[in-house]
Amino acid sequence: MNILAMLLINGLAEGALIFLMAAGLSIILGLLGVVNFTHGTLFIWGGYVSIWVFSLFGNFFIALAAAIIAGFLMGLVFERLFVRQVYGNVTAQILITLGLMTIFTDMVRLLWGPNPIPADRPEFMDGTWIAGGVIISQYRVFLIVVGILVAIGINYLINRTRIGMIMRAGTQSPDMVQAMGINIKVYFSGVFAGGAALAALGGALYVPLVGSVWSGMGIHNQILAFIVVILGGMGSFYGSAVGSIIIGLTVALVSWFYPPLTVYSTVLLLILVLSLKPEGLFGTAVRS
Amino acid sequence: MKPLLELKDISTFIGPFHILQGVSLEVSPGEAVVILGRNGAGKTTTLRSIAGLQPPSGGAITLDGINLMGMPPYKAVKQGIGYVPEDYGIFDLLTVEENLLIAMWKDDKETLARKEKVLDLFPALKESYKRPAATLSGGQRQMLSIGRALVNENKVILIDEPSKGLAPIIVEKVRDALLKLKDETTIILVEQNFDMACSVGDRFYIINEGRTVLNGPIQELYDDEELQRKYLGVVTA
Repeated sequence: MNILAMLLINGLAEGALIFLMAAGLSIILGLLGVVNFTHGTLFIWGGYVSIWVFSLFGNFFIALAAAIIAGFLMGLVFERLFVRQVYGNVTAQILITLGLMTIFTDMVRLLWGPNPIPADRPEFMDGTWIAGGVIISQYRVFLIVVGILVAIGINYLINRTRIGMIMRAGTQSPDMVQAMGINIKVYFSGVFAGGAALAALGGALYVPLVGSVWSGMGIHNQILAFIVVILGGMGSFYGSAVGSIIIGLTVALVSWFYPPLTVYSTVLLLILVLSLKPEGLFGTAVRS
Repeated sequence: MKPLLELKDISTFIGPFHILQGVSLEVSPGEAVVILGRNGAGKTTTLRSIAGLQPPSGGAITLDGINLMGMPPYKAVKQGIGYVPEDYGIFDLLTVEENLLIAMWKDDKETLARKEKVLDLFPALKESYKRPAATLSGGQRQMLSIGRALVNENKVILIDEPSKGLAPIIVEKVRDALLKLKDETTIILVEQNFDMACSVGDRFYIINEGRTVLNGPIQELYDDEELQRKYLGVVTA
C-alpha cells in the first residue's frame, strides 16, 4: 500500500512535468495546426538557462523565471522568423522545426559543453515527509502543485478571458477571427511563445528532479509529450491534462514493477487507446 | 452622390485561378445592392476581396474615401465592414454570447446597446444566449451571423447568400430581418434566391465569369425575363 502511494506521487509528479510540455504542444497544434519539434529543445534550454541563472544568483525562483522568459523569447523568434512562413504546410513545419531542434540542441553543447552538468534541488524542497509510513519527496509534491496551478491557469485563460475566447474561435476559423477585426497573428505568436515558455519551465523543473542537465534530455520528454497529445486527442487541452496523468502513472508503475517494459508501456498504451478511440480520449473525430 | 464603397476593376486570384478579372461597382450610403450571377461567377470572392480575406492583386477598393487595398482583413473590416459569410462563420466552440462578444470592437455603452438591439431583433438568440453555438439551428446560425455584423458601427454590411440551405419559413424570417436592416445601414447582398434578391435590393450588379457585366435598378432586372435567362438562368413559367 505504501509503495502504491509513493508510486502515485511519483507518477503524478512525472505527469505534471509531461503536462508542461504537452499542454503547449497541444495548444500549438490545436490553434496553429503546427507540428512542433522544437519543444524538446526548449525543454533543454529551460534546464540550462535555469542552472546558469541559479549559479549567478543562487535563487531557484529567479532561475525558473529566467527559464520561462528565455523559452518565451525563443518561441517568439521561432514563430516570427520560421514557423509563420509555413502555416498550413505540415511537411515544411516538420522539416523546419526538426532543423531548429538540431541547431539549438547543438548550441547548448557549444555554450555549456558536451558533458552533463550537476544540479541540486533547492534546499527548502530537498527533504522528504513521512506520512503513514509513506516517504514523500517534497520536490515531487512541489511539481504536482506547479502542474495543478498551471492547469488551472491555462483553463482560466482559455475559458474565462477574451484571449481564450479568441484562441478557441481561432482553432475553428482563423479567417473568421480576422473578419471580426482581430489580428490573429498576434495571438498565434503569443500562443507559440507561451507554449515554448511552458516547455522551458518543464525543463527547469525537471533538472533538479534528475540531478543534472544534459543536451539529450529533451528528446525523451518530447516523445512522451507527443504520446500524450495523441493519446489525449490532438489539440485538446483537457486531453493533454488527462493524458499526462495517465502516462505519468503508467511510467511510474511500470518502471517499478517491470523496468524493461517502461519505454514500451507508453507506446502500447497509446496503441490500445487509439485502437478503441482513434481520435484520442478527448479529440474530435473529424478535423479539417 | 459620392459612393460610400467603390470597387474599380479589381482582380483577384485564388491560388493559380484568376477568379475576379475586372469587377467594378459603386454603392451609395443607405443603398441595398444585390450582386447576382451564376455559380462560380465570383460573387463570394468579391465580398471576400472587399473584406480583405481574399486580397485583390489589382484594381482599387475605397470605403468612405479610405483605400482598402493591401490592408490586412482585421484592419479593413475595422474601417466599417460587417461580414456575414455564406457558411455563417459561427464559432461552434463559443456560446451565442461569446460569438457576439468576440465581434465587438469596443465595450462602450453604444456597442452594448447595439448588442441588446440585436437580441431584440432576433429573440431566438436571447433564448439561447448562454448555449454553445454548435447547438443552433441553421436559421438561428444565420441570425447570429447577421447579429454579429450589427454590434459594431459598420458603414456597410456584406451578406453572402443568407437564404442558402434554409427552410422557406426561415427564409421569410431572414428576409424580414434584412428589410429591417436595410432601413438602418448600407447592404451588399449576394443572393441566388431571385425573389429575395428583388425584395431586398434597390440596385443590382451581375457578375459573369469574374467581370461585372451589367447593373441598374433592381426593377429593371425583375421586368426583363431575357436578362434573367441570359445571366442568371432564371426560368419563368
